[in-house]
Formats: sequence, C-alpha cells, structure tokens
Amino acid sequence: MNALYLAFSYLRYHWSRSLVLVLVAALIMFVPVATQTLLSTSERALVARGEATPLLLGSRGSQLDLTMAALYFSDERPDPVAMREVEAVWDSGLGVPIPVHTAFSSSGFRIVGTTLDYFDFRELTPARGRVLSILGDAVIGSDVAATLGKGVGDTLVSAPENLFDLDGVYPLEMPIVGVLAPTNTPDDQAIFVDVKTAWVIQGIGHGHEDVVTAADVAAGTAALANAAVVQYQRITDDNIDSFHFHGSQDDFPVSAVIVVPNDTRSSTILKGRYLDSESLTQLIEPAGVIQGLVDRIFRIKSLLDVVTAIIAVAAVAAVGLAVFLSYRLRAREIATAVKLGAQKGMVLRLLAAETVTLVLIAGSIATIGAAIVWRNADAWVGWLLALGS
Amino acid sequence: MVRLENVTFGYETGGFRLRVPEFSLDDGERVAVVGPSGSGKTTLLNLIAGILTPEAGRVDVAGTEVSGLSDAARRQFRASKIGFVFQDFALLDYLSARQNIFYPYRITPALVLDDAARERTEQLAAACGIGDKLDRHPSALSQGEQQRVAICRALVTQPKLILSDEATGNLDPDSKARILDLLFEQASEAGAAVLAVTHDHELLPRFERVLDFAQFRQGAAA
Repeated sequence: MNALYLAFSYLRYHWSRSLVLVLVAALIMFVPVATQTLLSTSERALVARGEATPLLLGSRGSQLDLTMAALYFSDERPDPVAMREVEAVWDSGLGVPIPVHTAFSSSGFRIVGTTLDYFDFRELTPARGRVLSILGDAVIGSDVAATLGKGVGDTLVSAPENLFDLDGVYPLEMPIVGVLAPTNTPDDQAIFVDVKTAWVIQGIGHGHEDVVTAADVAAGTAALANAAVVQYQRITDDNIDSFHFHGSQDDFPVSAVIVVPNDTRSSTILKGRYLDSESLTQLIEPAGVIQGLVDRIFRIKSLLDVVTAIIAVAAVAAVGLAVFLSYRLRAREIATAVKLGAQKGMVLRLLAAETVTLVLIAGSIATIGAAIVWRNADAWVGWLLALGS
Repeated sequence: MVRLENVTFGYETGGFRLRVPEFSLDDGERVAVVGPSGSGKTTLLNLIAGILTPEAGRVDVAGTEVSGLSDAARRQFRASKIGFVFQDFALLDYLSARQNIFYPYRITPALVLDDAARERTEQLAAACGIGDKLDRHPSALSQGEQQRVAICRALVTQPKLILSDEATGNLDPDSKARILDLLFEQASEAGAAVLAVTHDHELLPRFERVLDFAQFRQGAAA
C-alpha cells in the first residue's frame, strides 16, 4: 500500500507527464482491440447483408457497384434496368422481385423507392407511425430521424437532380408517415418511398390541374392547353387523383431488383436465364461479391496489422524509455530510501508500483474505450458502411 | 552508543583505505567529524549506519554489532535506530513536507505509521517552526525550511543516533547556526547522540568533541 501511495503521489505531482504516458499506453492497448472489433463487426455486417440478399438483378456492368447501390444505397449509380425485368421475374413464378430505386436523395440521405415487399423481406417494422400506403408517403430509417430531428407528421423534400437526363425533375415534398426501428444496417440511413413516388420525383409521373375543364368545353376553348397549368410539388388528398404516368410502366427505370427465389431450384433456373453475356442485364449473388470485397479488406487488414504492430513496438519502446528515464530521475530517491533503511524488495516495489499504476490506469481507460467500441460497434459499423451513400 | 574497534575498509574500485583503531560516541554526545574532502568522513557514517560493511573490525551501535548483521537486518536496524540528515536535504519533490517526514514509515515494515507518529510529526514541526507549512511541497519552502523538514524526518522515528552529513553545507551563514542549534535541541530532547560531518569550522565550538579524520586515512597502497 505504501509503495502504491508513493507511486500515486509521484504520478499525481508529475500529472502532465503521467497523463501523456497513460494516454499513450492506453492507445497502445486500445487501438488494436478497437480495430479488431470494428473490422470483425464490419465483416459480419457486410457478409450478413450480402447473405440476406439471395439474388440481385441489374444492368450488366460492375457487380460491386450494383451490390453497393442496391444493398448499401451508396453513391455508385449502376445503369438502370426497366420495370419489365421485374414483371419477367413475376411471370416466371420462380421468385419475388423487389425493385429498388436509389437515384435520389434528401438532406444527404438516400431515397429508396421500393415496394412493401422490401419491408417484409428485410423485416423492417415502424417504431412510430405506419408503413407506406399512398403515393408520396415517406418512411424514414432511425438514423435519418435522429440526424434530421424529424418524425411522423414532418415532411422531407427531395433534392432536385436530373439523373436520367429527363426533363421536369422537381423537388417533391413528402410527408413522413413512419419511422423504422433501428436495425444497425444501411436501412437506418434510408428514406423509403413507393417506387412510384420515386418516379414522380424523376418526373415520369406528375399531377397537375386539368388542362381541359368543363368550363373550357362550354366556352369553346377546350382545344388549347393553358400555359398557367399548375404542376404540383406535393401530393395531397385533393390532388392525388390527378397524378398519372406517361408511357408504359414496363419502361420505367429502377436501379436494381432484389430477387427472392422460391427455393434453390428456382434460384438455379433464374441464374441460368441471365447467363447470356450479350444480355443487358445480369443476375448476381451479392454474398459472393461481398465476400470478395471482405477478402480484399482483410488482405489490407493484414498489412494494417503489421503497421499497427510496428507502431506498437515503437510506442512501447518510447514508453519504456520514458519509464526508464523516470527511474533514472528517481535514483536519488532510491539512494535516500536505501540510506533510511528501505528493504531491497521495497525499492523494487517502489519502482514497479509506478509502472503498475500507469499500466492499470491505462488499461482501465483502454478497457472502457474497448467496451464502448464493442457496445456500439454494430451502430458505428452501420454508419461507416453507409458513409458516402 | 557507538563503538568502532580496529575497523578497516577499502572500496573495491581502489582509492583510499580507512583504518580506525578505535572510536566511540557516548549516549547523547555531540561530536563533529572534520577533515579534508575524500578523507572518508562520509564512509565512516556509512559504516556506522551499516550501509557499508568493514573488511575487518567491529562496529557496535546501541549495543548491537552492526557489522555482524545480515543485509536485511542492517536495513531494519538502520530504519529503527538511526536518523539521517543530508547536505542536500534529500526531500522528495512530489510529497508534501508532512509526507516527507512520514517517508521512513512508507519504505520499511520496521516502522508503523500510527497516531503517535503523526502526533510526534506535528509536535516536531511546531518546535522547528514549520508547523504551518506541512502541506507545502519542498519547492514552496526555503532551504532553511527544507532542512528543518529533514531534521523532523530524522527525529520522528525516535532514533538514538543522528548521523548528519554536511547538514548545514547548503545553508547561508545565518541559517547554519540556527539549524545546528535546532538539531541539537531536538536531539537532546529525544535523548539522541549526534555525529556530524562538517566543513564549517566556525560551528565546531558548538560540539562537545571534534574528531579530525585525517589521522584515519591511509594511501591506496597502504
């Protein structure tokens, strides 16, 4: 106890030096543990999301871009596929197609146009409010709600973009009708709307006042459109019936289609149908793509481990030198202690107590840090994986 | 209190050799040891304290043959029977004056820091004029005050022998006499003998006896 008391007094008196040593030692212990925790959680989260998505149908091109856009709502923008591909899967009777339209965003979060099947497939349930029911509804992920401070009854406005080179992309104001329970997946960072709402944002569908009214017919001016026709920027109970789409829905674009096959046989048959390299579409297994990505990450991790080890050795050497110099500075004290009758064991304890106290304090800080990382790893990894989306 | 008989000592690294045919210090006596630098004055104190062991001869302190004890026993004996005052005070900068006085209790199981020891600390500090400065660190004390703290540390364990190694060497002329008088006064109250190495010849009249150490030094070849 006396040795610990003296060690603690010494560390407290030289608090700035002690603080630096403690922080460096804590970092040496914390960084490898935290890195390992985050990487293993990342691997688990990445692979889990991939494995939970059996098949992905999209435009032929980068499989990674397609996977990242459809599963993680990232910035990658694969060429769109037409809705007729969705109908083709329905018609095959081999699985359930779930269209995903990820071309637009609002307040920095991806707007995901899809169908109600997506909520069942991902087992997403609203913590507050309800799921999508009418055109224009938006259901937001838990992180979106927390970050924007919005909830049921608030509204979101889509960012104006002209992604598919079409005219008439207007910002659409969407009422928030539900907030999803957190899942620690990219779904927490998404704004879900019906795929038709996404098409309205895109300008494929719109609502406006009748070009020809009964009064126009009565006045004999029914043949001309009016330049003062009002294009609606929000969908309300009053104007929802006026919303309509031009052209065939089969031609409307989606970013990708998640395909949930009925069984293994159906999966095999479906995959066989998209093998033609001349085809404009491809059907991929995201798990394989993700595993390839994870393997690459972990090859980099091996390099990171070596770098971490080298830095750790250098840092330990620096701390060791600092402790050694501290011993040298205390040589006079040790000489005094010996003259006053300190036993040999006491002198050793006196020196060891300082190091042990430092290591214990640093270890405690590192443990608390590691525990915080461990407890929040899922959430932080979900956020990290959604970065750039 | 202290008796040396036919003590010889030499450092392994060579240099001078020390031979003390006979030296004694009575209970409560105040003796000054003078002599040129390197004559072995500090070595004598270390032999008496059991920090060094003689090649031959006998060192008795308070009825115990120190030179015959094991290393651990010598350390324990030193902690409980001898008080030290050093030229550089040897206070620890990270401890308050009070904790510096408690320091001997912190480093050896031979001493127990009980209420009596705490009470003695307060009394000694008050007697030495630093009763109101016990919570200060050495850096916040003058040199004279630091040496008073060192005197309190030497006396708090109630030793029967005080070994003083140039205790006034770092003090200004006015403080030297005051500190030495204080040391004598407190040692006298505690019934402790004082053996003091000093270079200050103007202080010698305050001692009961002066030992010129030059007579004990022998050349390296001797």
